[in-house]
Amino acid sequence: MTAQIAPAAETDIAQWLEEQTDKSLLRFLTCGSVDDGKSTLIGRLLYDSQLILDDQLASLQSDSRNRNVGEEGIDFSLLVDGLVAEREQGITIDVAYRFFSTDKRKFIVADTPGHEQYTRNMATGASNADVALLLIDARKGILTQTRRHSFILSLLGVKHVVLVVNKIDLVDYDRETFAAIDQGFRAFSADLGFESIVSIPVSALRGDNIVTRSERTPWFEGQPLLGYLETLEVGQQAQDRPFRFPVQWVNRPNLDFRGFSGTVASGTVKLGDDVLVASSRKPARVDRIVTMDGDRAEALAGEAVTLVLDREVDISRGDVLAQPGRVPDYSNQFQAQLVWMADEPAYPGRSYLLKLGSQLVPATLTDLKHRTNVNTLERSAAKNLALNEVGTVTLATDKPIAFDAYGENETMGGFILIDRINNLTLGAGTISFGLRRAQNLSYQQFDVNREVRARLKGQTPQIVWFTGLSGSGKSTVANLVEKRLTAEGRHAYILDGDNVRHGLNKDLGFTDAARVENIRRVAEVARLMADAGLIVLVSFISPFMNERRIAREIAGDIDFIEAYVNTPLDVCEARDPKGFYARARAGDIKNFTGISSPFEAPEQADIILEGATESPEAMAEVLYRKMVER
Amino acid sequence: MTSKRQALTHLERLESQSIEIFREVAASFERPVMMYSIGKDSSVLLHLARKAFFPSKIPFPLLHIDTTWKFREMIAFRDRMAEEYGFELRVHTNQEGVANNINPFDHGSSRYTDIMKTAALRQALSAGQYDAAIGGARRDEEKSRAKERIFSHRNAAHAWDPKNQRPELWRVFNTRINPGESMRVFPLSNWTELDIWTYIHAEQIPIVPLYFAAKRPVVERSGTLIMIDDDRYRLEDGERPREEMVRFRTLGCYPLTGAIRSNAASLAEIIMEMQASTTSEREGRLIDSDQAGSMEKKKQEGYF
Repeated sequence: MTAQIAPAAETDIAQWLEEQTDKSLLRFLTCGSVDDGKSTLIGRLLYDSQLILDDQLASLQSDSRNRNVGEEGIDFSLLVDGLVAEREQGITIDVAYRFFSTDKRKFIVADTPGHEQYTRNMATGASNADVALLLIDARKGILTQTRRHSFILSLLGVKHVVLVVNKIDLVDYDRETFAAIDQGFRAFSADLGFESIVSIPVSALRGDNIVTRSERTPWFEGQPLLGYLETLEVGQQAQDRPFRFPVQWVNRPNLDFRGFSGTVASGTVKLGDDVLVASSRKPARVDRIVTMDGDRAEALAGEAVTLVLDREVDISRGDVLAQPGRVPDYSNQFQAQLVWMADEPAYPGRSYLLKLGSQLVPATLTDLKHRTNVNTLERSAAKNLALNEVGTVTLATDKPIAFDAYGENETMGGFILIDRINNLTLGAGTISFGLRRAQNLSYQQFDVNREVRARLKGQTPQIVWFTGLSGSGKSTVANLVEKRLTAEGRHAYILDGDNVRHGLNKDLGFTDAARVENIRRVAEVARLMADAGLIVLVSFISPFMNERRIAREIAGDIDFIEAYVNTPLDVCEARDPKGFYARARAGDIKNFTGISSPFEAPEQADIILEGATESPEAMAEVLYRKMVER
Repeated sequence: MTSKRQALTHLERLESQSIEIFREVAASFERPVMMYSIGKDSSVLLHLARKAFFPSKIPFPLLHIDTTWKFREMIAFRDRMAEEYGFELRVHTNQEGVANNINPFDHGSSRYTDIMKTAALRQALSAGQYDAAIGGARRDEEKSRAKERIFSHRNAAHAWDPKNQRPELWRVFNTRINPGESMRVFPLSNWTELDIWTYIHAEQIPIVPLYFAAKRPVVERSGTLIMIDDDRYRLEDGERPREEMVRFRTLGCYPLTGAIRSNAASLAEIIMEMQASTTSEREGRLIDSDQAGSMEKKKQEGYF
């Protein structure tokens, strides 16, 4: 491992510079509880990558006297613990950013505090991180703070977690201790939606498994920490999502030029593209993509440009330009997860300023549905949200705003709440979904309604939402139930992958975003069918709790039964009716649920069918009785 | 630009994020100002500001705090840039300091800096009633800067309270302030020194010639090479300036700015030299090493 390699001669400089600019960037944060050694770890990463400069090293050695030092006689935490107050107290009280690069990658590190009252800073660091390093003291194992931080990481959509089991030297490099912590964390975080979890035993003070694999942990077969960070693939998700362009500033140098300056939040925009204004739904075409370096043919996600449109449309700061057909929600009510960051608690009924992208509007906290205990993930009723608490809330803005769910678009779904008097940032929220009743579209009120249509059919519309692994038996059970209902003269319909993936949703792939959109559309179709009076059986893997929650929400007041076909992975894999598991194991199918993509088992299914022990007929019978009894 | 690009490069990303910050300032504040220190970071800042608002001109003035001890080449460069790019340049000097003949020799670097830079800055910001001041500080420069927000709140006395910073999530910036308060804004927060140089190289941004090695008259004071820019410098007995090939990694007041011996006369050579070097950038500035935590103290008092 060497640090940045200097070019050998001036003739190489062009190529060398190109390599520098073409490097990818990884942003990671370190979190964990006090004294787990976060700052020491970062200092160690910098030191071992030979990135500490001579004058820094000299000042470090002089500062390290009278402190706990490693074999090199250096207290590495001094490199990152910047503020004088912190150095005196020996704790980190704010987010510090560090920059380093190796010959493979550039890194921005956010060092975030573990002290309980500073959890808000961790959320800050997490909001811009691709990966989180979660430190655990090997002697102490998983603590309350570890759980809280894991939950906040999950809330802010951090997909990759490295469990850094630090101070492994102090437990004599014990393999069992490491394994127990690893397993405990995986069990705890199963529902948190992390795409990857990797555990590494390290001693930040002594340098074990930081840059090179340590001989003192011969039982550890994974990559050392730096190697992992250098090679981790993080997706370019924003690029593949629908086009969003929040207008930041209207550019009018003279009467002949009117451009809209902003940064492409997601997707791409090309010359001649049709766009819609999210608020007015007025269409326009992109005439020019202006930059000081000349006009562009296209702009990518993350690029700051100025768009000129082909016609006069009323657009100002806060407006969002979007791709026709895939426009964001435009509404004044939504449900969100809220992290409270202020001493003064949040109360339902209070009014705040809400900032989302370049939109700034007054907003009222209309309902606090529940508080989530960040240590146990249990939900409970609450009258307010105090500092560092997390809750599920609904908010109503004074005028409609354009937004997407945070899971689909972080820029369009992440917001802050600001105090209207002292202007402090009070909390940060992630939008879960818009509330239907608020949508500024006028739904036609028909005299012929669901009740009338259902009565005509002599049945109560229902949506049965199956969830379970591929091969668990969902479709088999759904077929049996449909046959029975049809035999009884009732009108049922099965929505499954075969009739939806090949038609309505054939434009969708299997990324997480596409899966969520897939489920959203299916849920909408199911609702329409139920509205038409049908009994709808939806048979999709639907692995994510979130999407099932969305489906239930979309169903609104329609009877909704979540049926979990609980067939263990090994049984499904042994059946493998379509040969998918074999191909997924071979790496031919990516993002395959259970193999390379998580399945989040329901916590509150309305009915659980034991696919390993019961026959399809028996399961169909149980489900049928449940449907009738409702 | 070709249409084959799949993702932005590191520098394109940094550039876009900085531009976004500039636009946020222009859209959210009544009376913004951009600090212009004439150094290489200021050159990058100026370039980004021009890009952010193109084809409009930069919609706010640039402010230079002139201590009267800047290198002469810096002042010439400043005036040339203002003329070439047509931005509004405002220059402020602490006249009280001038009247009292405050200088780095009689008053020490700490007191001199306090009066001619920090106090001068406070005067200028108050007089201009600026509600946002854009600066070129980077988080990689110094430990206390590593914790600064991109939008960093200042109370009515221009002071920074590091324990009461607003959380800054995603790229959603809380730009709200009350009357009398102000915001310091740092569009280069996430740039490193290497990023600055590679960007200057890639975009061919003009910088003060002092960054390039040339024969210059210097004296050596306790290991630091000082360029004798005019006859106000007080030489000690027997001390005589000698011509050496030197350049500067950072620019400020000439009696307080150390040069390095170097033959790097082009950007490529500077970058090569920098990659081989093992000392960090601010070492050439004498003011930081006066006392431990000195930068943080200055910042709390209003220094950039």
